[in-house]
Amino acid sequence: MKDAINFLLAGVGGQGTILASDVLVNVGVAAGYQAKQAEVHGMSQRGGSVTSHVRWGRQVVYSPLVGAGEVDVLLAFEKAEALRALNQLRPGALALVNMAAIEPLTVTSGGQSYPTDETLRQAFARATPHVEYLDGEAIAESLGNVRVANVVLLGALSALLEREQHAGPELSAEAWLEVITERVPPRHVELNRQAFQAGRAALAKK
Amino acid sequence: MSKMLSGNEAVARGAWEAGVAVASAYPGTPSTEILEEFAHYPNVYAEWAPNEKVAVDVAIGAAYAGRRAMAAMKHVGLNVAADAFMYASMTGMEAGLVIVSADDPAMHSSQNEQDNRTFARFARVPCLEPSDSQEAKDMTIAAFGLSERFDTPVMLRLTTRICHSQSAVELGERAAPETTEAKPFPRNPAKYVMVPGNAVKRHPLIEQRMKVIAEAAETFPYNRIEKGDRSLGILTAGVAYQYAKEVFPQASVLRLGMTWPLSEKMIRQFAASVERLIVIEELDPFIEEAVRLMGMPVEGKSIFPITGELDPRVVRESAVKAGLLPESAHVPLPGVEVGPLPARPPVLCPGCPHRPTFYVLNKLKVPVNGDIGCYTLGLAPPLSAIHTCGCMGAGIAVAHGAVKAGSPERHVAVIGDSTFFHTGIPALVNVAYNHSPVITVILDNRVTGMTGHQDNPGTGRTLQGEETVQIEIEPLVRALGIPHVKTVPALQVDEIEAALKAYIQLDEPSVLIVREPCALLPEGRKRWLPLQVFADKCNGCTLCFRIGCPAILKSDELDERYQRPKALIAAGLCTGCEVCAQVCPRQAITFRADVSAA
Repeated sequence: MKDAINFLLAGVGGQGTILASDVLVNVGVAAGYQAKQAEVHGMSQRGGSVTSHVRWGRQVVYSPLVGAGEVDVLLAFEKAEALRALNQLRPGALALVNMAAIEPLTVTSGGQSYPTDETLRQAFARATPHVEYLDGEAIAESLGNVRVANVVLLGALSALLEREQHAGPELSAEAWLEVITERVPPRHVELNRQAFQAGRAALAKK
Repeated sequence: MSKMLSGNEAVARGAWEAGVAVASAYPGTPSTEILEEFAHYPNVYAEWAPNEKVAVDVAIGAAYAGRRAMAAMKHVGLNVAADAFMYASMTGMEAGLVIVSADDPAMHSSQNEQDNRTFARFARVPCLEPSDSQEAKDMTIAAFGLSERFDTPVMLRLTTRICHSQSAVELGERAAPETTEAKPFPRNPAKYVMVPGNAVKRHPLIEQRMKVIAEAAETFPYNRIEKGDRSLGILTAGVAYQYAKEVFPQASVLRLGMTWPLSEKMIRQFAASVERLIVIEELDPFIEEAVRLMGMPVEGKSIFPITGELDPRVVRESAVKAGLLPESAHVPLPGVEVGPLPARPPVLCPGCPHRPTFYVLNKLKVPVNGDIGCYTLGLAPPLSAIHTCGCMGAGIAVAHGAVKAGSPERHVAVIGDSTFFHTGIPALVNVAYNHSPVITVILDNRVTGMTGHQDNPGTGRTLQGEETVQIEIEPLVRALGIPHVKTVPALQVDEIEAALKAYIQLDEPSVLIVREPCALLPEGRKRWLPLQVFADKCNGCTLCFRIGCPAILKSDELDERYQRPKALIAAGLCTGCEVCAQVCPRQAITFRADVSAA
């Protein structure tokens, strides 16, 4: 059990990072933490990089922003964005990397290149021993809707926090699901439950 | 009951609890959600005004009529509304008036990072700065109290990190508004008619008012001393307070909830109680310079940056560098080499109806004077077709000025529908009146797009969901005296090109209205239909890449003859707008009809 956890969520506009950070901050509150969340709207929504910060603390949480070098848990929705966020990690931080590639226009019609999986894995290996890779889109697709990949990742994150003893029994799967259920349309509740559980199961196998 | 709210949601809640009856705004990041949220509360009137000046005048009118009123805007919106803000300070009102200024340090979504506390001082208006969502709510309510107690508008100054951060807020009930029945509109010209003879009498009262408010600041409950170690005293405000507490948990802190006018006695007392006085504030040395004018030694911008946002790291590392913290306080970074990463700037979305216009403008190689909106992204390669963009409504007049200065080419001004209603119309009046052959392209995507699909005078719907008049652009611009007005569908490349080429030959003002709803509007989404590339016909010529669509990728398959990658359409991103199919010289991309038939 940790007394304070600083989360960084990194992805691309349209991947559902804002919903995920909204869930995460409210799960923290449900588990009895003080919690704050910070995000940026605006230009970043037009296919740009998007980051959200979530902080949980047993003591008072002051800043809504996490300073670089103080990230305890990275949830990366996309590979290039994972690398962009890497140098903000604290030594020994947890990282959960979604193996999705969204090539920006600078790659598809410009001259820039997209990082290889080898670059990604080598860089993370140098930064922290606690990194897990997951294909959230593949799992979501197997459930019939690729758009719930963000909830698959939240499921995996919930299992990772338990396994690494960042969180205790106050953070049950049901507590997460309650917060998620409040935030998705009623007709998608069952799909999101399945996505969350599939994410948990995928992490458990690792 | 406690609830996680963003600062913007908290301001909306506070305004409702304070009994606000009328609120007006123009959307602008990071302020937009304030009115969107407020509009949902019962027994309130909320509207999108065509611009911020209108919004502030509307709020002033409501406050003159005796009801609490609010106008909300991003920082640069107050530039537009400055005239109204200044006279409101001179007249005061019959009921509370709060002007919310949402500043954007670091320019996450803005053209500058002006610090609007200077506007409060300039206008002789008190300025309140909350440090989290709870205070955003509480200080909104306090602002109305101050406004009525001292007969002054009050500025509530937020920043992006207050607006868009969530923290817990204790919800309250709506205060019974002091009056629910309409009062007779005041007939008090000495107070409300600012002709010189009246204004000269008001000015001394305004200066006196600020002295009285400065006295009240000494007991303002949100100015708060937190006693700690005497060796360091920190003056701070807004979100910077949070960073100060995080980085200097032991220090003595004076958190100013009111940053104009300053509580001078309190600051003097605090300064006398500590050995070293510093100010931690974002952007301008606003508090720092005022304290220095009081004659006290103080440090601020010699330690912390004047540009960009602060955060715990910036504050900590600046403090280490200045010797305020030991070297051991430095937080190391992993420093792992991640190689070159591809830039990911924001881009026009797949299916964006603005894309063909910029494709054509790029091809015609004309100077383009742009404006503020999603379409500003037409500046980015490969479209690269915006050459100036300064503020809302600037493009048309900048083009006119360039032409009058003898610029040898035909100038094209591009402006969105909402920006045209905002401040484009007077500039187009000028083009007609003072006659210049500026080509004005109105990119009418039937919504205020950039800030997330707000209604505007062209959509036929109000902020609170009422159906209303839909202002037609064509008769409006004709009535201004523009002799050449034409409307073309926004996704037809050839039609846009033909119309612009014809206009370039003219020596008179012209307007081209390019119309198609934003591809992300719900009704637009229903029509999405991904296209495909016929790999056997594609020879990798790259022409389709030049429209800058994120849905067009380079395939792994190479053309046999030229060894160039063929095009590939990402089915998950493509909307089926057909712009790529139109520009393909080899008919290698399907049209919607081909896809439906297959």
